[in-house]
Amino acid sequence: MVEHRRFGNLLPHLVLLAGVAIVAFPVYLAIIASTHDNSVIANGQMPLIPGSHAIETYWNTIVSGTGKTTREPVGGMMLNSLIMALGIAAGKIAISIISAYAIVFFSFPFRMTAFWTIFITLMLPVEVRIFPTYKITSDLHMLDSYAGLILPLIASATATLLFRQFFMTVPKELVEASKIDGAGPIRFFWDTLLPLSVTNIAALFVILFIYGWNQYLWPLLITTRDDMQTIVIGIKKIIDVHDALTEWQVAMATAVLAMLPPVAVVVLMQRLFVKGLIETEK
Amino acid sequence: MASVTLRNVSKTYPGGFEAIKGIGLEVADGQFCVLVGPSGCGKSTLLRMVAGLETVSGGDIDIGGRIVNAIEPAERDIAMVFQNYALYPHMSVYNNMAYGLRNRGMPKPEIDTRVQEAARILEIGPMLDRKPGQLSGGQRQRVAMGRAIVRQPKVFLFDEPLSNLDAKLRIAMRVEIRKLQRRLKTTSIYVTHDQLEAMTLADILVVMNSGRVEQIGNPLDIYQKPATTFVASFIGAPPMNLMPLRADEIRSQFPGDSRAGDSRATREAGILGIRPEDFLISSDAIAGGIALDLTVEAIERVGAETFIYGTRQHEVQGVAANPGELPPGEVIVRIPGAIAPAIGERIRAIAPRDKLHLFSADGRKRIDL
Repeated sequence: MVEHRRFGNLLPHLVLLAGVAIVAFPVYLAIIASTHDNSVIANGQMPLIPGSHAIETYWNTIVSGTGKTTREPVGGMMLNSLIMALGIAAGKIAISIISAYAIVFFSFPFRMTAFWTIFITLMLPVEVRIFPTYKITSDLHMLDSYAGLILPLIASATATLLFRQFFMTVPKELVEASKIDGAGPIRFFWDTLLPLSVTNIAALFVILFIYGWNQYLWPLLITTRDDMQTIVIGIKKIIDVHDALTEWQVAMATAVLAMLPPVAVVVLMQRLFVKGLIETEK
Repeated sequence: MASVTLRNVSKTYPGGFEAIKGIGLEVADGQFCVLVGPSGCGKSTLLRMVAGLETVSGGDIDIGGRIVNAIEPAERDIAMVFQNYALYPHMSVYNNMAYGLRNRGMPKPEIDTRVQEAARILEIGPMLDRKPGQLSGGQRQRVAMGRAIVRQPKVFLFDEPLSNLDAKLRIAMRVEIRKLQRRLKTTSIYVTHDQLEAMTLADILVVMNSGRVEQIGNPLDIYQKPATTFVASFIGAPPMNLMPLRADEIRSQFPGDSRAGDSRATREAGILGIRPEDFLISSDAIAGGIALDLTVEAIERVGAETFIYGTRQHEVQGVAANPGELPPGEVIVRIPGAIAPAIGERIRAIAPRDKLHLFSADGRKRIDL
C-alpha cells in the first residue's frame, strides 16, 4: 500500500520527526555539554549551542585523564571495553557456531539432550548465576584480567539457536555433494558452511558486540584495578565523586565516546546486518 | 570405465521399514541404466546406496570389480548430479567444478585443463566466473553436470536431474545428457519417475515398485512385453487398458490356441491388456482379435493424435487398482489424426490378436499367448 498524495506524507513525517527528536535530543545535549567549561554547566544554565572547549575537554578525557575524578584516561578504558566486546562477540560466535554445527549435522547419542541443555541456559543469564560464576573466576585467578571479563560471558544459547535455525535450511544435498567431492566434516565447515553463514555472523556480531560493550555488572564485580575498568563503569565513576564538583563536561565527553564504537559497528555492518536478518536466498 | 553390479542388495531403515527388498542388477561398462518407478518405490534410495550416501543393509554393491559397501563416497570414484543441483552457492562456477579436484590434491594446471574442457563441452565457458545464483535453471544443470564430468569418474549417478526444469528445456537436456554419455562412454545410472525420460535414455531399463524390481530389460522389449500389469500400466502414456476377464471369457476369447489353449493358466481368470494405440475403430471383427463396444465419454485432441475415452457396454468386475490404471470399465483408444467420433456416440474398437497381452489374475505374471 503505497500512496502518493501531496500532503498525505505530512503526518507520518511529523510523527517520525517527533520520534527522532525525542531520541536525538539527549544525545545532542551530551555533545553540547562536552564542549563547554565545567562552570557553565555547573551553574545550572545548560546552553543549547556548542561552546569553545571541545578540543581541550576531549584531549583531557581521552589522553591525560583528569586528576580530580578518575585517575585513568578514557582512552585506556575504551581499549578495555573494545577488547572485552570483541572478545565476547567473537567467542560467542565461535562457540555457538560449532555447537550448532554438531547439533544439526551430526547424529550422536543424546544429541537432542545436548540441544535442550543449551536451550535451557537461556534462563540462566549472568545475573542469575553471578555468585558461582564469580567464585569460579576468582578460583581460577582471572579477576582483573581480560580472560575474566570475557570467558564467563561467551556461552550463548541465543546464537546457537540462531545458527541452528540457519543450518537447518541448508539443503542436505549440499552436504552430500561435499561428501562426494571428498570434503570431510571440517572441510565442509570451512569451505561451505562458514562462507554461507557470513551474513548471519555479521548480524550476530553487531548484536553481540553491543551486548559486550554495554556490560556493566560483571566488569564492576571482577575489576578492581583502575587500569582494567571499562568505559561504562568509567562514566559512573566520573559522575560519582565526593567533595568535589562533578566534571560534567568530562562525563558527557565520556558518554559520547562510549557511544561511538557501537554506532560505528552498526553503521559499518548495517548492510550485512539487515541481509543477515532477512535473507533466505541459498 | 567400469561395470556396476548389485547382488541381492537390500535396505532396511532402523524403524524396520524395508525400502529395498533384495535387488540384483548388472550394468555393463558404458551402459546407461535408468531406474524408473513411482515415488516411494526405492529408486532414489538404491541410487544413493550406490553413491555411498546410504548404508547397505544386505548384499553387495560392486563397482568395477571392487565391493564398495564400506567405502566412503569420495573414494568410490563416482560423480552424482542432484535434483536441486546442490551447487555451492558462494563459489563461482569454476570453483564449483574445481572443488572436488582440489580436495583430491590434483595439481592446478590439470584442474584448469579439465575444467576448461568440461566448460567447452557443456558450453558454459562464458559463465565460469559467475555464481550459481546468477544462472538460469538450465545453466545450473549444466554446471552440475560439469562438476560430474571433471572428475572423470567410473560411474555417473543422476538423481532426477531434469525434474526442476520446464518441459521444453527438459527435452533438450535429455537429448544432451544422452549425447554426452555416448561420447564419454561412462557407465551411468539415472533415476527418474518420468517414463518417457526412462524410455528415451535407457540402454537397460529397470522398472521398480515398492522396493522390488518389476522388470529389467531393453526399453522397447519392456514396452512390448511388460512382465506384470504394474509395468504395463506404468510404461506408456496413456497407460495400457487393463480388463479383468473371467475364466470362461478367456476360454472363449482364446480358443484352440495351440500354445495357450490347453495350459492351466488360460483356464483361470486373468487380466487382458491392450495398448491404446493398438485399437482400430472399425465395425469389422478381426479373427482371433477382440472387439469392444464403447460409448464415447470424452475426447482429447492433441493434433497429431486423438485420445478417445469410452466406457464398455457390459460392465465387468473391478480389479485391484494399480498406479496409472484406468478405472474399471473405462478404455482409452488412441487414433491418429484429429477426426474423432462425437461424445455419446457408440463405437466399436477392435484389436488384433497379436496385440493382446494376458496377465495372471493377480497381475504379477505375464502369460505368453
